[in-house]
Order: sequence, then C-alpha cells, then structure tokens
Amino acid sequence: MSDPVLGVVSPVRLEYTFSAGRAQSRFLRGLMERRFVGQRCGKCQGVYVPGRGSCAICGIATDEEVDVGPQGTVTMFCIVNVPFAGQQVEPPYACASIMLDGADVALFHLVQEISANEVRTGLRVEPVWENERRPSMESVRYFRPVGGDHA
Amino acid sequence: MSETPVAAEAALTAPHVLEYAYTRSVGPVVGRFLAGLRAGKLLGIKTNAGRVIVPPLEYDPDTGDGLDELVEVGQSGVVTTWTWASEPRPHQPLDRPFAWALIKLDGADTAMLQAVDASDESRMATGMRVRARWRAERKGDLSDLECFEPEEES
Repeated sequence: MSDPVLGVVSPVRLEYTFSAGRAQSRFLRGLMERRFVGQRCGKCQGVYVPGRGSCAICGIATDEEVDVGPQGTVTMFCIVNVPFAGQQVEPPYACASIMLDGADVALFHLVQEISANEVRTGLRVEPVWENERRPSMESVRYFRPVGGDHA
Repeated sequence: MSETPVAAEAALTAPHVLEYAYTRSVGPVVGRFLAGLRAGKLLGIKTNAGRVIVPPLEYDPDTGDGLDELVEVGQSGVVTTWTWASEPRPHQPLDRPFAWALIKLDGADTAMLQAVDASDESRMATGMRVRARWRAERKGDLSDLECFEPEEES
C-alpha cells in the first residue's frame, strides 16, 4: 500500500446574494457621485454614515439624509504588518477609522500617501476616488492626508 | 451640506462568496483508507468482534478499543436504502439525477453512503446490486470513487 493520505482539502463555501438594503444603497449610489451620504436621527441628531435606516440608540427610523465629509479625521488606526491570503496592499500599511466631517460614526478605510508609521489619531484626511464610478466602497481608492495639515 | 428626503429606491444587491479552504487532517486510519481509494481499493477495519466497518473507524464502536486491522472488501455490494436526487446541486457527485444510497459492500458489515448512477428512479430498488465506478485519475480523496452503478450494466 502506498503512503497514507495525511489530509484532504475540504472547503466550506457559501454563495450569498447580499442585499445592501435601501439606506446603504443610497450611500453606495452616492459614492458614484463622489458624495458620502449619511442619515440623521430625528431624535438624538446622531449622523450615521453609511445610513442604516434606523438609529441604534433611539430605535427609530432615520428619514433625513445628509451629506458628510468628504474630509475627515483619523480616530484610531492599525498598521498591518502581516501578509495574508487575498491581501491587496503590500504591508506595512495603515487602516484607520475615519470620522467624516459631520458624521458621528467612523468609516474604516486605507490611509495611503503617508508612511504607515506617520499615521496618527487626529490626522486630517481626504478621499482619493477611483476613476471608474461604481456603487461600491471600492470607489474610494484610499484616504490621504489633507495637504500640510497637522490637526 | 444638502438635505433631501430618503427616496424609496430599490436596494442594491451583489454576489458575496464566503469560503474557507480548510485542509483537514484525516488521521492514520482514514489516511490509509484514502490511500486505498487512490489505489482503486476499498478498505474496511475489523473490530474485536470480527465485524468489518466501511469506511473504517479509528475506534471499535462496541468496546472503544483502538483498531488497526484494515481489510479489503468487495467492489460491489447491496443497496440497503436509498433516495432519489432528482435535481442535483452544484458539487454533488453527478450532474444528472441520481440516487443517494447506503451500500453494504461484499465482506462489510456496515453500509456506506454513495451516489448511484441509475439514470432513472425506476431502476433503483432496495436489495439491488451495485458496483464501484472509479475515476481514471485519482488523488486520494472521496471523489476518487466517482459513484456506484447498477451491476446488471456490463
């Protein structure tokens, strides 16, 4: 008998059709126009971006639409040093929570055009858009420091 | 900052695939069973009481003792129960309607689950004899045993 088999590749694969929902669809369509579309809660005045159709704190529908950004502030960040399968950017690179101006929740995105070790909380950033306009978060290539700013 | 009422547009949808390509460690007994499949052989394991279990287990289900004696069983066997899969799903063994069957191979005391390529439900019956059909290129996993087919076919 030949050598025993040590392992088998046993993939777990789930194929979904993901629905963004109406509120997030408004946000994604806004990206095609290079706008960040959020929603404001009529009770607590909190601004969600992307809008989620309801306020997580007040538990009521959010029916007012507001544009936020496009500039924002890094509220926290991490530097990715570890390679992994499917990685699109060469490490080290920085991912950051970015509070767009006028929003009360942060977006998570890449921060580029700056050394990863120079990224800091409070850094002012602006989006760099892809040329192709699609209703996708990938329409924002990354965020970069606003020129000369050291907030 | 512009403010407009939220319009009731259709929601966007997109395909989303979640996949984990695990490599599963199979252990010493199943490892030899799979090597058997690669060689075109079906192996079972003999329990302390002399029963032959296919596919083999590492432990005796009656006593819990470790088992090690692999024995080759027949390439043909008897359907003990079955169900008809009229609409095969992606990645199932066959891309046309087939039967899932429990098959007790000659020399085995337990039945194993496999597909039977029977063309039509009317050709399936409990007690019918079926024979293994192997893939020409085998790599040491369950798909090496492509399916079973009714034995009256030559």
